[in-house]
Amino acid sequence: MSLVASSAAAWTAPVIDYHALAPEIVLAVGLSVVLLVDLFTAERNKWLLSVLTGFTLLGATLPVLTLAIHDDSVRSLFEGRYVVDEFSLVMKGLFLLAGYVIVLLSSAYVEEGDYWRGEYWFLLLTSLLGMVMMSSSRDLVSVFVALEFLSIPAYMLAAWRKRDLRSNEAGVKYFLLGVFASAVMLYGMSLLYGVANSTLLVDIGESIDLDGDFAAVQALAVVFVVVGFAFKVSAVPFHTWAPDTYEGAPTPVTAFLSVASKAAGFIALVVVLLTAFPAGRDVWQPFVWVLSALTMTIGNVFALRQTNLVRMIAYSSVSQGGFVLMPLAVAGGAAGDAALRAVVVYLVVYAATNLGMFGVILAVSRKTRSSDIASLGGLFSYAPALGVLLTIFLASLAGIPPLGGWIGKFAAFQALLTDATPWAYVLAVIGAVNSVIAFGYYGNVMREVWMRPVPHGDNTPIVTPSSLQIALGITAVATLVLGILPGVVLHFGDIANLVGAFGG
Amino acid sequence: MQMIRDNNWVLSVGTFLPMLGVIALLVTPKANEAAIKMVALLTSVATVIIGIFTLVNFDFDQAGAMQFVAQTDWIPVIKSTYFIGVDGISLPLYLLSMVVTLLVVIYSLDHIPSPGNPKAFFILMLILQTGMAGTFIAQDLILFFVFFELVLLPMYFMIGVWGGEQRQYASLKFFLYTMFGSALMLVAFLAIFFKTGAESFAIPYLVENGGGIAKNVQVWIFAGMFIGFAVKVPMFPFHTWLPDAHTQAPTQGSVILAAILLKLGTYGFVRIAIPTLPDAAIEWAPWIGGLAVVGIIYGAFGCLAQTDMKRLIAFSSVAHMGFVMLGISTLTSFGVNAAVFGMVAHGLITGMLFFIAGSVKERYHTLEIAKLGGMLTQVPRLGWILGLCSMASLGLPGLAGFWGEFPAILSAYNPADGLNVSVYRTYMVIAALGTVFAAAYLLWLYQRTAFGTPKGHDHHDVHDVTTYEWVAWLPLLVAIVAFGVVPNLLFGVIDPAVQETLRAFGG
Repeated sequence: MSLVASSAAAWTAPVIDYHALAPEIVLAVGLSVVLLVDLFTAERNKWLLSVLTGFTLLGATLPVLTLAIHDDSVRSLFEGRYVVDEFSLVMKGLFLLAGYVIVLLSSAYVEEGDYWRGEYWFLLLTSLLGMVMMSSSRDLVSVFVALEFLSIPAYMLAAWRKRDLRSNEAGVKYFLLGVFASAVMLYGMSLLYGVANSTLLVDIGESIDLDGDFAAVQALAVVFVVVGFAFKVSAVPFHTWAPDTYEGAPTPVTAFLSVASKAAGFIALVVVLLTAFPAGRDVWQPFVWVLSALTMTIGNVFALRQTNLVRMIAYSSVSQGGFVLMPLAVAGGAAGDAALRAVVVYLVVYAATNLGMFGVILAVSRKTRSSDIASLGGLFSYAPALGVLLTIFLASLAGIPPLGGWIGKFAAFQALLTDATPWAYVLAVIGAVNSVIAFGYYGNVMREVWMRPVPHGDNTPIVTPSSLQIALGITAVATLVLGILPGVVLHFGDIANLVGAFGG
Repeated sequence: MQMIRDNNWVLSVGTFLPMLGVIALLVTPKANEAAIKMVALLTSVATVIIGIFTLVNFDFDQAGAMQFVAQTDWIPVIKSTYFIGVDGISLPLYLLSMVVTLLVVIYSLDHIPSPGNPKAFFILMLILQTGMAGTFIAQDLILFFVFFELVLLPMYFMIGVWGGEQRQYASLKFFLYTMFGSALMLVAFLAIFFKTGAESFAIPYLVENGGGIAKNVQVWIFAGMFIGFAVKVPMFPFHTWLPDAHTQAPTQGSVILAAILLKLGTYGFVRIAIPTLPDAAIEWAPWIGGLAVVGIIYGAFGCLAQTDMKRLIAFSSVAHMGFVMLGISTLTSFGVNAAVFGMVAHGLITGMLFFIAGSVKERYHTLEIAKLGGMLTQVPRLGWILGLCSMASLGLPGLAGFWGEFPAILSAYNPADGLNVSVYRTYMVIAALGTVFAAAYLLWLYQRTAFGTPKGHDHHDVHDVTTYEWVAWLPLLVAIVAFGVVPNLLFGVIDPAVQETLRAFGG
């Protein structure tokens, strides 16, 4: 009680750096406006909402840019609990742009459904706000709040098609497992607080000592927190919600979950591992090693067997998650910087590619009304542009140069070989073999597109709405540029002073 | 290694010109086939003109030096640069890739395989050209890797869309094998990068510093590269994708595969694996030589068992690449000279044989040897060309094939220091036996298809060599004879570069 009282007496209003918080503020204002406008617009004018959402996201990107070019590269708020550094700016930029592409992907889809459009845009913006907050959170409490902020709207989005049983299943499954994961993580966090007497990640990092008195408790706490994040990033064996949720959720929401939501989970994981647990690396490095190997392999093997396109993508995205985990398995040692860079690069490239692929799928399913892989048969013959785009995205996911994906895999391998321990080499070889297996299913889709006949000989062309065309254009250009001139993205990923930045 | 930086735009233009053609093709309407063919033809002619310019400006007195070197930042964060250049080893292969592409384009003007769509076909072919040419000029491992992989997808689609009955199976098999190899190769590239101090991916740098890596580490890194290159060559036992891919690919795909793509693997050994990891090369060489002679004999027996002409030619590639690898495995300049000559010769001869197979298929609608016969009476010119190429392929002196095969066998008599002489002499004897088998299967093939009387009388459209075919084939035929009569045309260019490459082995 005395502790509470004394800190209450000493309380003074924190100095708030409004420039640093501008992206969050723009988003918060934007989502309130969307909600209000939705209340007072007639049904035929609801298209305004998607435009508003898009502008909000672009508007929030502006302060990210001004912060990035500002000399003062690290801004630490609330005693280091909320940090705006280059790393967080890159991730904010990624979330906002990915969010914008998702708006482009969804607008036709949402307009053509008869559901609650206002809520869709509102929930999307809310979840993105959570992700933007996550990029800056450097405290157990703010990490957890940001995580729930981004997750809860996502649960609702997954179940957004209210009259569709599958969509309900998707939402409920995602919700139940997500909440379970949160609970496990919270338990771990409470143990950490007990050990460190602080929620600040840097303080926790200083008080973890696996040779000390509370080694077992600390190890348990580390494992619990990692397990909690493993659910969020659908790492095997905590991935079981992903295929059902991805399949049942509306397709643009699936795109959102598999790209943005997943990236947010990884960001949180990276920040926690690198700032709070460097001393605990003997616990989590082997754990992440196993998770990574399992995730890559099992995700791939299951993806090979899918006949439903979205389920295949779900498993493929599980497997891609394994590649993101790969550098983290050595992140505690000398390879820390390389690992961090690899994760950032991989997430950026993966976002561009995967969103593009969902764009093609959305365009094609407007005609075929099916999500079977076989429904893509002969796509190249009647819609060559979409066929070629899909090929580009699939080849990028498979990691074939000169398309974006290869640089992500390359960076991951590079991190492992920087570490240069036998275990790192073994994981690199597992990764190499898995990237070949992955071509089995990516190639299968390509084969369908290029070499198989059109089902039912239905050669009617596909009408792609202009918003979708723009989204495809952005993602395709990004995929190509990132692959041919990877220096662009590697530069973003090259944030050597991440860990050092937190002290202030 | 000496670097000559004059005219350093030449190689970039020559390599990326086909991409301009790709862009032009993309905006050409699909229905306008004449325009599409014209764009493809003009692009490849322009590429060859740049190639001739390269040849004319190449300083033959310094063929051992890197020439037309260009170096600029590409991915500074990982210390990879856009670093290109050619020496006497790359130049013949670089030019071969340009010429073969042009000839294949000419051939395609008249022979677009089913299901048509020349636009997509030519686009893929031009992308392939960029990848092939780029691989031969890259002097940076990452750049090499990107170009090396760039050829995968176009070839996958070329086989998978325009190929024969089993095309989907063959194309996927081709892809998975190659990708498996290159994934491990990439890991090996990264390993050598870090083991040399994480300074640079430039091949000349790695050649200088790779020898300093501990021997047991070198052996492991070499293993990764070995798998990557050996799949591409292909060496026994990684060859099983080749007969399927060759047999199912359209004629154009087979020609490019045989003439150029297989050389990417052997070139990788000569340019990267052996000079950068000399100690490992000594350790691995006897095994490579062993697999090479197994490949020679296995390929020959495979040929004898084939009933399909195209498949027979495909298996003969396994045998011929065995000779090339045997030459490389001696680690002597004599052997490597023979190997590089063999690469070019095999490209010319086997490329030509696949052209002939395509034309036979078009005329007789079958490649089954038992159903062919009497070509010399029915289509005498085609028959004689087949005869010439078969003789060249079996290594008849006076034709190009001889200079790849005979010196390779001879070089095994006296391998580099540190290699077991008696093992290599055994290899020599086995390889020499292989030439006898080669004569057997090629003569047998020729006898069954060209001699005798024509079988089946319903071939109304059987006609002799057409103009397009003459234009596409003559340059190859002339080269086969010219290099056969004056081998020094090629050896003179190759030798200084080989000497330079093998410095670590004392010549």
